[in-house]
Amino acid sequence: MATVTLDGIGHAYGRAQTEADYALKPLHHVWEQGRAYALLGPSGCGKTTLLNIISGLVIPSHGRLLFDGRDMTRVPTERRNIAQVFQFPVVYDTMTVAENLGFPLRNRGMDRRQTAARVGEVAAMLGLVPDLNRRARGLTADAKQKISLGRGLVRPDVAAVLFDEPLTVIDPALKWELRSKLKAVHRALDLLMIYVTHDQTEALTFADQVMVMNEGRVLQVGTPAELFEAPAHTFVGYFIGSPGMNLLPAQVEGREAAVDRHRVPLGAAYPALADGRVQIGIRPEYATLSRTGGLPVQVQRIEDLGRRRLARVMLGAHPLVVTAPPDLSVNGAEAFVRLDPASLHVFADDRRVPGGAA
Amino acid sequence: MMDKPISNRAWFLVVPVMAFVLFSSLIPMMTVVNYSVQDSMGQNSFFWNGSEWFQHLFDPATDIGGRFSRALVRNLFFSGVVLLIEVPLGILVALCIPKRGWAVGAVLVSMALPMLIPWNVVGTIWQVFARADIGLLGAALTGAGIPFNNTQDPLSAWSTVVVMDVWHWTSMVALLCYAGLKAIPDAFYQAARIDGAGRWSVFRNIELPKLRRVLVIAVLLRFMESFMIYTEPAVVTGGGPGEATSFLSLDLVKIALGQVDLGNAAAMSLVYNLITLTLCWVFFTTMTQLDARGSA
Repeated sequence: MATVTLDGIGHAYGRAQTEADYALKPLHHVWEQGRAYALLGPSGCGKTTLLNIISGLVIPSHGRLLFDGRDMTRVPTERRNIAQVFQFPVVYDTMTVAENLGFPLRNRGMDRRQTAARVGEVAAMLGLVPDLNRRARGLTADAKQKISLGRGLVRPDVAAVLFDEPLTVIDPALKWELRSKLKAVHRALDLLMIYVTHDQTEALTFADQVMVMNEGRVLQVGTPAELFEAPAHTFVGYFIGSPGMNLLPAQVEGREAAVDRHRVPLGAAYPALADGRVQIGIRPEYATLSRTGGLPVQVQRIEDLGRRRLARVMLGAHPLVVTAPPDLSVNGAEAFVRLDPASLHVFADDRRVPGGAA
Repeated sequence: MMDKPISNRAWFLVVPVMAFVLFSSLIPMMTVVNYSVQDSMGQNSFFWNGSEWFQHLFDPATDIGGRFSRALVRNLFFSGVVLLIEVPLGILVALCIPKRGWAVGAVLVSMALPMLIPWNVVGTIWQVFARADIGLLGAALTGAGIPFNNTQDPLSAWSTVVVMDVWHWTSMVALLCYAGLKAIPDAFYQAARIDGAGRWSVFRNIELPKLRRVLVIAVLLRFMESFMIYTEPAVVTGGGPGEATSFLSLDLVKIALGQVDLGNAAAMSLVYNLITLTLCWVFFTTMTQLDARGSA
């Protein structure tokens, strides 16, 4: 068990001359013992690099990695007490499930009896007891992922469990079950768990805190609610939520924004933002289609998702996704959109500008 | 749902293939079967001889039977030795080939070279290479005081033929294994490091099991080809000294074309063919069944 500190950790696979050479841009962060974190971002955003730095498969080119204050930056993988579950299930084909689970212990010289006892405990926790004497290679993908996890948990001194998109190859029906198993293990063992994914649902349901990454940079660290209600970056606004946040180019002054020739009231006062690119953002959940009042839009189509309806509309040349109330019917293409001022966010050069009271 | 369209036009595709197979394999094969049950006094006149050729062949007391059984043992021994050297050596070489970088192409191409040389040229190269008087290998060994003469000493002749086959075909095993190794995802190696596995353990528990399928193919191909080996020993040793390296195929050619003993040669080639087929079938079924049992 450990608290993991990233002290200016950054990594460039080649020589780092400009900032773009970094697969992972230097960052500071502390992951606390006993909590569940998610690293969320699209493919190639550096989240797997970060995970591999923690497990020691990649030695970072910059910064220090501390476990409970001890410098682990250059300690080899096998001495780090890290468990890692990979995207594709890794099992040792020729061994039984029990031998698979006991493998890390046998490699570290634990005797047969103690190993069997630990394997029994872990198998009971993961529901693998009936399969203990079967060969691992004939099992289903979700059982194999449980074995991968079990090989990590079986070690009594494990400091943190890392997951690298562990549900990618799991049958959709079993994903939910395996995810609840991971949550249950987390509650039972009080371990630091770090979960890498590009699936926001997985990240938001698994983790206490989510770190959103893009292009090697950490854009925001926060609870799922914070990411949803106050995205620090346009990317977070767009990436979190389904569909993502609407972004419109605007001029902002005081409590009002101007999109083309339309005036949009804001929920807070902002300083004059002259430099750079200014955008306002609103989530589809807080933009409502109506027959009268609001901004005039052209309705392109209305999608019925069962529990909710979404309308794709054009505000001048800008596309928007808004919520269509269930009782609303639109004649022709002309309609209006109401934006909730309290849920409007202002971004300058993609970074959120906090509003003031004045 | 179940009525399949019936079209007789398919015959236009099937008939040429059947005709080709008939002329290229079936008719020559039946000619051999024909020779194996007849005898001739020359003048192209044949008469029925029943199973006498086969009886001779299976009786080691007869001249032909003795030659056949000795050549068969030689063949099996040769295939065994060649497999025992080439398979482990091929795996070892495959493990040493770099996984990325410019060296990959260079290594793979230079390893494929021996396989691209025509069989009789391979034989010629080694015939010259191993000559005790002017050959680089032969002369060097003789100069170093090691008795080596592949035209007089059976051990020298055998080692030359075995080393030549290893030189010629180990690359094939290595390339097959390399392809198998490349197919193992990095996650397996990373997981093994996290689990604290050593190099031998990684080989034993990850690499070897994942190579099983390509090894079945490699063993099968190498067995088949080494069991039917002809050209290289024919050029290097000609089956000698004495009959020390007379494999089945060499002996067969001597009987059929040297002595024009068609009956004996036909019987022998049929049995040779059946042995090859049977051994391949046994190899294949046992190895695939082991594979199936492993996955159950």
